[in-house]
Amino acid sequence: MNKIALIIQREYLTRVMKRSFIIMTFLGPILMAALMIVPVYLASLSDLSERKVAILDETGWFMGKFEKGDNLSFEYVFNDLNTEKENLKAGVYDALLYIPRPDLNIPVNAELFSIRQASMNMRSYVRNVMKTEVENRKLMASGIDPDVIKSAKTNINIVTIRLDEDGGETRSFTEVEVALGIFSAILIYFFIFLFGSQVMRGVIEEKTNRIVEVIISSVKPFQLMMGKIVGVALVGLTQFLLWVLLTGIIYLLFVSVAGMEVQKGADVFGQGSVIGGQTETILQEDRGQDGVKQVMEVISSIHFGTMIFSFIFYFLGGYLLYAALFAAIGSAVDNETDTQQFMLPVSIPLILGIVLSNLIVNNPDGPLAFWFSIIPLTSPVIMMVRIPFGVPLWELALSMALLIGGFIFTTWLAAKIYRTGILMYGKKVSYAELWKWLKY
Amino acid sequence: MIFFETRQVSKRYAHHLALDKVSISVPQQSIYGLLGPNGAGKTSLIRIINQITAPDEGELLLNGKPMKPSDTAVIGYLPEERGLYKKMKVGEQALYLAQLKGISKRDARKRLGEWFEKFEITAWWNRKVEELSKGMQQKIQFIVTVIHQPDMLIFDEPFSGFDPINVNLLKDEIINLRNNGSTILFSTHNMASVEELCSHITLINSSRKIIEGRVTDVKNEHRTHAYMISMMDLHKNPVEFLPQRFIVSDSRTENDGTVNFTIQADGSEKPNELIEYFARQGVIKGFSEKMPSMNDIFIKLVNQTKPK
Repeated sequence: MNKIALIIQREYLTRVMKRSFIIMTFLGPILMAALMIVPVYLASLSDLSERKVAILDETGWFMGKFEKGDNLSFEYVFNDLNTEKENLKAGVYDALLYIPRPDLNIPVNAELFSIRQASMNMRSYVRNVMKTEVENRKLMASGIDPDVIKSAKTNINIVTIRLDEDGGETRSFTEVEVALGIFSAILIYFFIFLFGSQVMRGVIEEKTNRIVEVIISSVKPFQLMMGKIVGVALVGLTQFLLWVLLTGIIYLLFVSVAGMEVQKGADVFGQGSVIGGQTETILQEDRGQDGVKQVMEVISSIHFGTMIFSFIFYFLGGYLLYAALFAAIGSAVDNETDTQQFMLPVSIPLILGIVLSNLIVNNPDGPLAFWFSIIPLTSPVIMMVRIPFGVPLWELALSMALLIGGFIFTTWLAAKIYRTGILMYGKKVSYAELWKWLKY
Repeated sequence: MIFFETRQVSKRYAHHLALDKVSISVPQQSIYGLLGPNGAGKTSLIRIINQITAPDEGELLLNGKPMKPSDTAVIGYLPEERGLYKKMKVGEQALYLAQLKGISKRDARKRLGEWFEKFEITAWWNRKVEELSKGMQQKIQFIVTVIHQPDMLIFDEPFSGFDPINVNLLKDEIINLRNNGSTILFSTHNMASVEELCSHITLINSSRKIIEGRVTDVKNEHRTHAYMISMMDLHKNPVEFLPQRFIVSDSRTENDGTVNFTIQADGSEKPNELIEYFARQGVIKGFSEKMPSMNDIFIKLVNQTKPK
């Protein structure tokens, strides 16, 4: 037992002290935080300066209709187009909107001149104002009050509520659950491959270094294999926890330092959606706030305790199951290029899990979801997709029990291949050969 | 006194019998040579002794008692296929391997310090293994094999990769270890070192034991009855006075009249009888029996027992 602890300690320390581990540990959260922060931050930066737009309206329809926004201001000009173009060039204003007198009655064309490319924001705002005004006028011409239309516009909002067996109700918001499920499934998939192949590479290293026989004269091959698997598992957990911790710290730090800007950035986003249609502004604002409220409600309704517990459980269970197989593969080959033929059957269930997860989210309680979340080879990925939607306790218990059984089985299997494989040199191993090793 | 024994040990791999009822007895404090051509089954036997693999039949006895899994603690094993973690520091790695043998970190550090000094590699303690020459890595492997002062040491081709100076250093250390009480099992193809070190040998060929015993007994058994003789004042040429059944070869007369020659007898006379006989023919300056080398015996026996 003491020796296994020594092996675990070595496996853990040599990996954790590696430069690549340290770089990954810090780079991971920075990338994660950047993914969360940068878009918001950039959005808050890009439109901070106010743009002045001159309007040359030959129709006179839009007089006073363009209102000053957060970063757009409007000025009506009345000279001819060429003079105004000169003004634009001289930098009197940032853009020139020219609405020519139409050949028919209705102005549907406009030209927007600017030195730099006009922003999407500006264009969609101009288009919306014009559209609303023209539509209103058309309605009036047909004798319909635009206010009637406005009040007739309805927004249907469906709230999904899940009834528990014991009568409780939880508001659910499918998009959040889908995102959460897929995200954790991909994370598990990624971790299993990342750390599973570390185990494999470690075994190959020991084999090609020819140190393995030195070591197994003092410890049992099984101890060496388990020590490596457990050591790498601890490395994985360390990395994961550090990532969660550091991402949190970086995010909090950023929010407290640049909190104002983020707030502003969020406002810009808010405005972006408002621009979608002035007439719907109020309704949309309502919906926007409602959406956020719903997301928050759903997030708080998901049992994060369950979520984190099952994540760690399925990560460890899935990892242990696959790491044993990876170790067996590593022991059977002489170098990494020879692993291909054995890697394929081992990776197929995992890849299948990821592919199926898109189907599972559409029907998280269907037979496909059920069976694949019970079978230990796919359950770590598929069950993580299902958990945010709520999984009956007995299914969860069955799946976990089978996963434990599964990794005990693969470990037993792997140990048999491993103890023969590590002493086999210079031999291309076939499946038939592996089958024989199982029976030694 | 027998320290270690295998009794009727057999090991079968899928289509191949690696060991066929092999029994060996290793006396205490002997240096015991385990000889045999490639693929004879030496490594299989060594792995069984180290309990890396289990025999299909037969038993292993240590001090007369069946071997237990915990008995590996009293064995030090230097495998033929050996290496170290390349990226790890020398000292750290030696400490790790020593601790795996079951000695405490403190003891390990102290003993390693002594050995490193003896082998003049103290300066390398904090260097990475990949920076070391092969010979230096071999020294470290040797050290961690003997660091727990085991009662039995198993060396599989210990001298491969060493230069002659280090081979001598290692030979001295092996003899030292034996003198300090260890029993040494030693597998090699290098027959010269067998003659130099081993007191006992066993020869395995095609999974079977061919011969076992003291080196001197083995040599006696395979003596060819060839003698090298040097004489003066011969009244006749040896070819003329010797009976037909003695074959004389390499006869050479020196300037001072000394005649050196080799005879091949058939073993019906003892050396002493031969000396008496020759003394009557002239003055004997030198008389020695040409003993077969282990190399000759090895080749002869392996060829004799070749599977048909």
